[in-house]
Amino acid sequence: MTDIAQGSPEIVTEQPAKFAMGKSMKRKEDPRFLQGKGNYIDDINLKGQLYMALVHSPYPHANIRGIDSSEAMKIPGAVAVVTSKELNAYNVGWLPTFHGLDKQMVLADGKVLYQYQEVAAVYAETREAAYDMIELVEVDYEPLEVVNNPFKAMKDDVLLRPDREAKTNHIYNWNVGDQGATDAALATSDHVVKQHVVFPRVHAAPLEPCGCIAEFDVMGRLQFYVTSQAPHVYRTALFLVLGIPEDKIRVISPDLGGGFGNKVPVYPGYVCAIAGALVLQRPVKWIETRTENLTSSFARDYHMDIEIGATKEGKLTALKVNTVADHGAFDAAADPSKYPAGMFGIVSGSYDFPVAYANLDAYFTNKQPGGVAYRCSFRVTEASYLIERAMDIVADELKMDPTELRRKNFIQKEQFPYKSPLNFTYDSGDYEHTMDVALEKIGYKQLLEEQAEKRARGELMGIGISTFTEVTGAGPSKHFDILGIKMFDGAEIRIHPSGSGIIRTGTKSQGQGHETTWAQIVAEELGLDPQNFLVEEGDTDTAPYGLGTYASRSTPVAGGALALAARKIREKARKIAAHVLEVSEHDLEWKDYAFHVMGAPGKTITMKEVAFAAYTNPGDNEPGLEATLYYDPPNMVFPHGTYVAVVDVDRDTGETKVRRFLAVDDAGTIINPMIVEGQIHGGLTEGFAIAFMQEIAYDEAGNNLATNFTDYLIPTSLESPHWETAATCTPSPHHPIGAKSVGESPNVGSPAAFVNAVIDALSPLGVRHIDMPLTREKVWAAIRTAENAVAAD
Amino acid sequence: MNEVNVSMKINGKTVTGSVESRVLLAHFIREQGGLTGTHVGCDSSSCGVCTVLLDGYTPVKSCTMYAVMADGHEITTVESLAVGGKLHPMQQAFWDQHGLQCGYCTPGMMLSSIALLKQNPNPTEHEIREGLSGNLCRCTGYNNIVKAVQQAAQVMNQPELAAAADD
Repeated sequence: MTDIAQGSPEIVTEQPAKFAMGKSMKRKEDPRFLQGKGNYIDDINLKGQLYMALVHSPYPHANIRGIDSSEAMKIPGAVAVVTSKELNAYNVGWLPTFHGLDKQMVLADGKVLYQYQEVAAVYAETREAAYDMIELVEVDYEPLEVVNNPFKAMKDDVLLRPDREAKTNHIYNWNVGDQGATDAALATSDHVVKQHVVFPRVHAAPLEPCGCIAEFDVMGRLQFYVTSQAPHVYRTALFLVLGIPEDKIRVISPDLGGGFGNKVPVYPGYVCAIAGALVLQRPVKWIETRTENLTSSFARDYHMDIEIGATKEGKLTALKVNTVADHGAFDAAADPSKYPAGMFGIVSGSYDFPVAYANLDAYFTNKQPGGVAYRCSFRVTEASYLIERAMDIVADELKMDPTELRRKNFIQKEQFPYKSPLNFTYDSGDYEHTMDVALEKIGYKQLLEEQAEKRARGELMGIGISTFTEVTGAGPSKHFDILGIKMFDGAEIRIHPSGSGIIRTGTKSQGQGHETTWAQIVAEELGLDPQNFLVEEGDTDTAPYGLGTYASRSTPVAGGALALAARKIREKARKIAAHVLEVSEHDLEWKDYAFHVMGAPGKTITMKEVAFAAYTNPGDNEPGLEATLYYDPPNMVFPHGTYVAVVDVDRDTGETKVRRFLAVDDAGTIINPMIVEGQIHGGLTEGFAIAFMQEIAYDEAGNNLATNFTDYLIPTSLESPHWETAATCTPSPHHPIGAKSVGESPNVGSPAAFVNAVIDALSPLGVRHIDMPLTREKVWAAIRTAENAVAAD
Repeated sequence: MNEVNVSMKINGKTVTGSVESRVLLAHFIREQGGLTGTHVGCDSSSCGVCTVLLDGYTPVKSCTMYAVMADGHEITTVESLAVGGKLHPMQQAFWDQHGLQCGYCTPGMMLSSIALLKQNPNPTEHEIREGLSGNLCRCTGYNNIVKAVQQAAQVMNQPELAAAADD
């Protein structure tokens, strides 16, 4: 039935065998990608389209005294130049940010606040003419003092956002937990371990940059093709920004060449393209350059101070975290409105802290705005990295094995549902089991022996552990909304007379394989062939409303909607089956993927037969077989895992070689092991990049130092380690199919494993912490500094 | 700006166009050739999603070459790989081994892989990783791409395997 991949994945699951789920079905979407027939944004061209390009500021902070576009308009093919003046005339000069705490300029309005900020949009008959035009738009800048970090910003010597009511660079304070009890517990703890940890500014950098084409058709309806992970949210956002009624907007998100969070925000270029299309009455196409992509948003940039209390036996007593967040020029973070710091409250991790307190202050700086995810559920990565890094420091201080410290403090499987001191109710987990599987599979004892021998010889070998917990699947409507829209998801299933069907959801795959996995979920619920389902996403005219694909929410939310919609179909099918078999529907049971008459062996009807009957012989029942369902999850899901990195550090050069890396993930029920394993491989490679090579760094003058792939590095096949994977299975008790999520776990959990491994390797020298990225130079410098300190003693 | 006449064979078919001399080969293939399987990703010759084969089996990054430089030459793109609806062993291997996710790097990755196997029909894992290090992938972490190239090598070295797969 299912077309199983020949290269069956190494990942072995613990879950029981099923009909269509849990199988490594080859991906249904692949044939078009393999043949170069994917339909990405730049593959779409509309008749009569203009090309748009953007003028960017070379200054990080400057007043704009004037913009002269007269020379640019002399370029053959030049059509128009737009600045904030024109946008303001249409009342679209500023955009609301997703969580509603700020607004951002579409084009620089009077001043620029970061290098590469969009200053003007040009429109031309050809791409080449548009790029010629931007060279000739003369902007008169008056440079201002630059605030290149949040610690300078908090002094308020230079006010970056005089447009705001509050005359300060401080954006907001967020805190959770019990400060008094936490301080008291820390004051009486045997040990208090403190560490300052920075999670640097990074960027998701999908290989396909963002882009769009906007057209107002003959009926005045906006056809907006755009690289969007959340097409319905875009439609509603466009209504809010432009005032166009939603029936006059069609958002189409075509095949996406990766996203990883970068394709969640509504970028200024999109608004400029729509404004141009409206005013010029021509379709307008805009495709980002790589530099535009890397300079238009960011992830992370948290400066964190952690304090952990512990007894001398290694029992944790308290956790306190103070964070300074660098949000750049606008607070454009794409977080749910009640969670300005996202899910950072997961910072107590997998451990049973009696008390905890987390406090965060966010500031404006002269840097690119954002705070969007990079394969991360709203700041989970910062939190997970911090606690997993700190656990190793605590273990080092207490002279304990890091796995033993973790074992001693894990939330026990009997404690679920577990109310954390930072206000999450963890649904399920078995942390100790997952860690045991990982330690056994990697051969932890043997590695420790090998390490002892190497250390005796002065060689630097490290073993890094990360036993992380995530919180994903936003989210329950009580707590989660974006722009006021509750974070549910819709699913629509139609079964055709022949037992095949079409599935539509409000999510949007960027490579996750929804065209395959969604079919597997529905097929499992209905006993139909997953090969015979067409899956459609990304067109707001046809897909049911949904909040989109990011923050590991597709399977937790839309996956739940699909399973429940399929069950709705099953209930209707039961009535039709009863009619066909001439029994009462109460005499039927759904067993082994068919309806059986109880007490009458052999009297059965399959879903395929019921589907045919729904159109040919429905009896008194409403004909047809379809369902639409909106799923509002009762809780978040809490995937977890144990990752182990084994590294060798070259003492002379500082070069780190990741010799082995094992990821044991517990994502609950797995839909397609091959796809899950592929996602883990990809996420680990991104985590590897963050740990060792990626940073959007700025110099003192506010210059962005990572504006292309020669400065902002993506791992190649050569330096990427070979990944090993395994899975444990603790199904989510509240999710309709017991699924959690996995796409982001490897990016959330792996940076700490890599860094812990390197620090473990350097620990004989007395090195306690190095901030990412652990480049050769930084590691080399840490080794030399440590050696010099020893020599000086 | 002055336009020049450029003519090249793309996948065996002559494509001629009058373009500005600064037009990139990638854009010529996509716009004059109408073949959008060749992608553009980084503008700096780093990512390799624009990789095509020049005059046989030489992989080139078509975003770093002007169309005029390919005048009179032969170009092979991803669209030529499947013949009569039958996937090339490399395409089949990428599908079987889950060597792609978003699909954006896949055409360039497969063309580089085919060029690699032409030079070295039996590469080791390290040789595969070295041979593909000019093509970035953000989704797969490369494990499965290596497995795909290994499968393709095996099939391409033993035509009877490919024939058996037809049955």
